[in-house]
Amino acid sequence: MSASNTTTITSIGAPNRRNTELALLVFAVAIPVFAYANVGLAKNGSVPAGLLGYGVGLGLLATVTHLLVRKFAPYADPLMLPIATLLNGLGLVLIWRLDQEPSLGSAMAPKQLMWSTFGVVLFVLVLVLVKDHRILQRYTYISMVLALVLLVLPVFFPPVYGARIWISLPGIGSLQPGEFAKIIITVFFAGYLMVKRDALALASRRVMGLYLPRGRDLGPILVIWAVSLLILVFETDLGTSLLFFGLFVIMLYVATERTSWIVFGLLLSSAGAVAVASSEPHVKIRVQDWLHPLALQNGAVTETAQARYAFGSGGLFGSGLGQGYSRLIHGIAPKSDYILATVGEELGLAGLMAVLLLYGLLIERGIRTALAARDPFGKLLAIGLSGGFALQVFVVAGGVTGLIPLTGMTMPFMAQGGSSVIANWALVAILLRISDTARRPAPSPAPSPDAEATQVVRNQ
Amino acid sequence: MNKPLRRVAVFCGLLVLALLVRVNYVQFVQADQLSNDPHNRRVAINQYAQPRGNIIVDGKAVTGHTETNGSDFKYKRTYTDGPMWAPVTGHASQAYGTTMLEGVEDKFLTGNDDRLFFNRTIDLLTGKQRQGGNVVTTLNAKAQKAAFDGLGDKKGAVVALDPRTGAVLAMASTPSYDPSGIAGYSTTDEKNWIALDKKNDPNDPSLNRALRQTYPPGSTFKLVTAAAALETGKVTDINAKTTSPDPYTLPGTTTPLVNEGHLQCKDASLRNALRQSCNTVFGNLGANIGLKGMVDEAEKFGFNKEQTIPVRADASNFDTKMSPDQVALSSIGQFDTAATPLQMAMVASAIANNGVLMQPYEVDKLVAPNLSTISQTDPQKMSQPLSPENAQKLQSMMETVVTDGTGKNAKIPGVRVGGKTGTAQHGVNNDKAPYAWFVSYAMTDQGSPVAVAVVVEDGSANRDDISGGGLAAPIAKSVMEAVLNK
Repeated sequence: MSASNTTTITSIGAPNRRNTELALLVFAVAIPVFAYANVGLAKNGSVPAGLLGYGVGLGLLATVTHLLVRKFAPYADPLMLPIATLLNGLGLVLIWRLDQEPSLGSAMAPKQLMWSTFGVVLFVLVLVLVKDHRILQRYTYISMVLALVLLVLPVFFPPVYGARIWISLPGIGSLQPGEFAKIIITVFFAGYLMVKRDALALASRRVMGLYLPRGRDLGPILVIWAVSLLILVFETDLGTSLLFFGLFVIMLYVATERTSWIVFGLLLSSAGAVAVASSEPHVKIRVQDWLHPLALQNGAVTETAQARYAFGSGGLFGSGLGQGYSRLIHGIAPKSDYILATVGEELGLAGLMAVLLLYGLLIERGIRTALAARDPFGKLLAIGLSGGFALQVFVVAGGVTGLIPLTGMTMPFMAQGGSSVIANWALVAILLRISDTARRPAPSPAPSPDAEATQVVRNQ
Repeated sequence: MNKPLRRVAVFCGLLVLALLVRVNYVQFVQADQLSNDPHNRRVAINQYAQPRGNIIVDGKAVTGHTETNGSDFKYKRTYTDGPMWAPVTGHASQAYGTTMLEGVEDKFLTGNDDRLFFNRTIDLLTGKQRQGGNVVTTLNAKAQKAAFDGLGDKKGAVVALDPRTGAVLAMASTPSYDPSGIAGYSTTDEKNWIALDKKNDPNDPSLNRALRQTYPPGSTFKLVTAAAALETGKVTDINAKTTSPDPYTLPGTTTPLVNEGHLQCKDASLRNALRQSCNTVFGNLGANIGLKGMVDEAEKFGFNKEQTIPVRADASNFDTKMSPDQVALSSIGQFDTAATPLQMAMVASAIANNGVLMQPYEVDKLVAPNLSTISQTDPQKMSQPLSPENAQKLQSMMETVVTDGTGKNAKIPGVRVGGKTGTAQHGVNNDKAPYAWFVSYAMTDQGSPVAVAVVVEDGSANRDDISGGGLAAPIAKSVMEAVLNK
């Protein structure tokens, strides 16, 4: 019954929606350009000198990307690229806007523009080089090793602001390998689970009403998960551990269709959260800040409180771009972790909801891609990537707005940070690749017989 | 595989929904609270983003502003004769908040008041900078100067009221401070602020003694007791002998109550008792009137209630649960009785205004930047502690105090002046310097234009009742003269 909804293949000559994408891209470029002009007018009373360059540059980048998508992934989802462009463009404007505050240190926008360009280049490379996402399946175990290496690397570098998540390369700057590990480990999970999912789901023992898989099936994946988690706890990067954990549970659940995994996962995660929260001083402070956001610390207003004040002062419609005081959030991260506070203060509740809905829409398109994908690997990879993206958005936005304790992660596309923006462009590229395969009219690459058979069985 | 996928989709949807609900909570439900939180620096930034309106006395501003650079705050408050006006204006400090009129009328002065919405909108449309409104006070610059100069180096406070309306004419408190010194955000301001702290300056210069300090009123409270005696009918003829033993033994105890010095207080008439300030007569009267009668009268004069003028004044105290001996002591201003200088000025003003107590106020009107009046204070009757006949009897007694009693220092040629001295002892075994009090009014053909209460804290070593007359009465006299324009 649901089979007809799972795939967008209808008949020959289905519209590929590339023109829709182009139309949306026009808005995705125009909105940040207007925002840029708005900041300039508000801060200096004149349209910023770089407006034309910025507008033309962003437009060119979008055009080239669009043309390449037309060529290499003609059936890809039409919404993801415009949304990513819009979020990235807005992020750049917001960072430039915060650059106008001398108290927040040196200018970051030009660098971020460079990283964004690299991100788009990587996006294009992925689309051009990975002709079919199933190629990635071949690299399951290589991905595993690579992900672990990327996770371990920062241990050898000094901690920055209490978290060992950075590696600094002389001449290039610092990188957050965790952002890339996120994608690579998803590839591993998808590849591994696709092979083992039947064993995990069916060859299980019943313990206390729950189906537990055999050790030999579960073992490797649990070990990888535990190792990655340990490394993350050691690096005191709680946000990423939470992300990996959620990713792992979601993918296991989708692969095995066993609800017991959810129970199992929730138990493990709450145990882990309690253990970490009670042992790590770094995390303890965060929890205290969350419980008492407005409490003074040594008579001074905390960053957490400043962020909350920024949101509250924004109200329904905000102060207008460039007219807020989010610079008061001193500390380390007004341009990265706390960038949403600037959105909240200057664009108001309306603007913040719009931004969150953009993220929601991007996640929805990712999950739709997973539903539409015809092969289990594609399904798993797509749900892993979009589920992880959703968790990241939730953890960051929830942390900044005080829904959950704050963890050090960055808002995808918007926040300042090279690794994040590059990795997320790659993520969108993979999702586009999967959706292109999924939405392509029927006959072209013969769908895997395995996948078809599985689907029929599952959907009875 | 699609069933779990759909569930994950729902889960992700819930995550986004949770975020949307959360931001609505923070930016809508909590918005007002967060945006007005005193720790939210935006509050202060907005406060000083445009020149504040002025506080005006006799048509002239006692405040001003200067532009500041290098901080979040664009404009800084300045004050003319800061120490003299500090009890009225309070301070508006970029770093340390606002007090007194600067605090109470802050929204109006910054232009954020809802009543200035129309002006703001016009300014917005015409592209003009937003302006704050002006606060026009009832104060009288000459009287204020007389009060402040009269107090001089001494520690004390003066309040002068117009008994006919309740308008505050003078309100001085010494030692004072210059609010200009703490108006900014610099290290100098910080140094000045720390120096003002009570821990570093035991004289507590930033305390507004006129409104926020209660003192034992001593003999000046006998006016309230006399009013209660007349109102309850315990005394009808102020010149007739009373039945008052001297020494008087406090009821229910063996403790004798004595008079200061060698006074002729035995069975003295009410007029004579007030003239000499007889403790025995008024103690006995208070005990006879009883707790209820005394409390009722004191509360009609404003005791036991905070006053809002619109700056808050502390409540003066007259205990409502006491034994008869405590009532007797309270009736001569001892025991737990405590009054602000404002309160004692209200007592004098009610008597001078033929028994009608007017609500004291210090803001005459609020004026928008375009000079239109936004609100005007209408004088209001607060209560009637005395009937007109009894008030006139009490006036006559108070005038005897000045012509022929302890208050001779307040005499003004050609003007009817009524007064009452007081010396309140305090400390263990009365070892601290006494408070010298003087409350008075001046009377003209058009009623009484001024009632004054003066308290001087460190009345020299002189502990007899004269010190109220000696230290405080001349200050009261010069304030009254300033109002009478003599």
